Amino acid sequence: MSDLIEGFLGKSVEGKKSRLPAKLDFVQSATGLFLGLFMWGHMFFVSTILISKDAMYAVAKFFEGSAFLNEPRPILVSGVVFFVFIVFIVHAAMGMRKLPTSFRQWQVYRTHMKMMKHEDTTLWFIQAVTGFAMFFLGSAHLFLMLTQPGTIDPYGSGDRMLLLWPFYILLLLSVEFHGGIGLYRLCVKWGWFEGSDAKVTRKNLKKVKWAITVFFLALGFLTMAAYFKIGLDHRDNAGERYHPSAMVITHMNVGVKS
Amino acid sequence: MSRTITIKALKYNPNSKVSKPHMVEYKLEETDGMTLFIALTKIREELDADLSFDFVCRAGICGSCGMMVNGKPQLACRTLTKNFEDGILELFPMPAFKLIKDLSVDTGNWMNDMSKRVESWIHTTEKVDISKLEAPIEPIVAEETFELDRCIECGICVAACGTKLMRPNFIGAVGLNRVARFQMDPHDNRTDEDFFELVGDDDGIFGCMSLLACEDNCPKHLPLQNKIAYMRRKLVAVR
Repeated sequence: MSDLIEGFLGKSVEGKKSRLPAKLDFVQSATGLFLGLFMWGHMFFVSTILISKDAMYAVAKFFEGSAFLNEPRPILVSGVVFFVFIVFIVHAAMGMRKLPTSFRQWQVYRTHMKMMKHEDTTLWFIQAVTGFAMFFLGSAHLFLMLTQPGTIDPYGSGDRMLLLWPFYILLLLSVEFHGGIGLYRLCVKWGWFEGSDAKVTRKNLKKVKWAITVFFLALGFLTMAAYFKIGLDHRDNAGERYHPSAMVITHMNVGVKS
Repeated sequence: MSRTITIKALKYNPNSKVSKPHMVEYKLEETDGMTLFIALTKIREELDADLSFDFVCRAGICGSCGMMVNGKPQLACRTLTKNFEDGILELFPMPAFKLIKDLSVDTGNWMNDMSKRVESWIHTTEKVDISKLEAPIEPIVAEETFELDRCIECGICVAACGTKLMRPNFIGAVGLNRVARFQMDPHDNRTDEDFFELVGDDDGIFGCMSLLACEDNCPKHLPLQNKIAYMRRKLVAVR
């Protein structure tokens, strides 16, 4: 009954304002922080392909439990992806509250943005558009990883990049712009790293934000190029799984002995 | 050497059935130290007596002459025409407020409603005796409180706010600053829970999207960014 009264009046049975908007704002920030930091880690993991195929393979197998299981289990990756997917959906739901929901809201914001030429106002719009794009792009990628975790290896990812490179270019741009702007906004929204002069801190945060965005975009495009090349070289054997060099050498040695 | 400047202004009377919104262009000679307020006064005296705009103090104190100048909200009395290299100033009334006519908007009633909404007065259980001196407070606290009191209610933070334009019921930086001012004042006995009742929702502190155009355009350079963050931290912790 108390939920009914609160829903009807917007006030609890004690006559107090609902605490939910505070919680939703907090959850939006917390999930955004998690996803933003996760994407930094994710980028470092996938970019190990720039070191070598074996390095990327080792990282992929590590997440399948190679460090503590006799046989790596891709289902563990699905578990991680499932958790990230849940956080992603919650964040999307929280973010939706802020998006323009009518033509007039869209129109007035666009006009305001064009008139003001104010960087943070424009950045929010980019964040909103990339966030909207990720409803689809992020979901598609997460679904792929959720259902095909065993294909994450240099060849599997290379084959995927060869096939889906336009999709991954859009996803990379969306993630890096949305995440970079989002992490910056989190800092100014909650007053993190404020120091004695918030204006100076904000300027510095903005510089760091752009530096991080450029760094991760550069790393992302290089990584994509590396996977694309592997996919191209490997296109005649698409679908084949990767075997690390050490394993190939062992097999060769076994072959010589027999 | 003086130059000719061009001022383009939106003219529209929403209360007239025949008025249609249109831009009017005025050309006038720039004078030394000319402010936009002076230019508009000259236009009204010499070129167009029908042009409406607001002003009172002419010194950046009353907060009456806010308008959009080349897309940004500014006080006309503190806008020097010489700062516009091409000599062209395009003027719109401030959005978010009720348009009265041309460049004149009703900030007064909006601010009055805002003040009532955030209960912008000292709440105390003590009986106030105005014949006696107010209870003293630490100078540093007084300084911080009165720093926020420098707000002139010009409405520029409201007109600069994309959130406010999308969501008309949003309280805006001026309202959140006001809440922070009373939250910091030891004379005010209200708790964070009390302030939550006033602005603890999506029309208040949790609706702010941290676009910070308020901070970047405030003619009084109030610390809006960190005071809004401060109130957010305080109110999100209310159980």
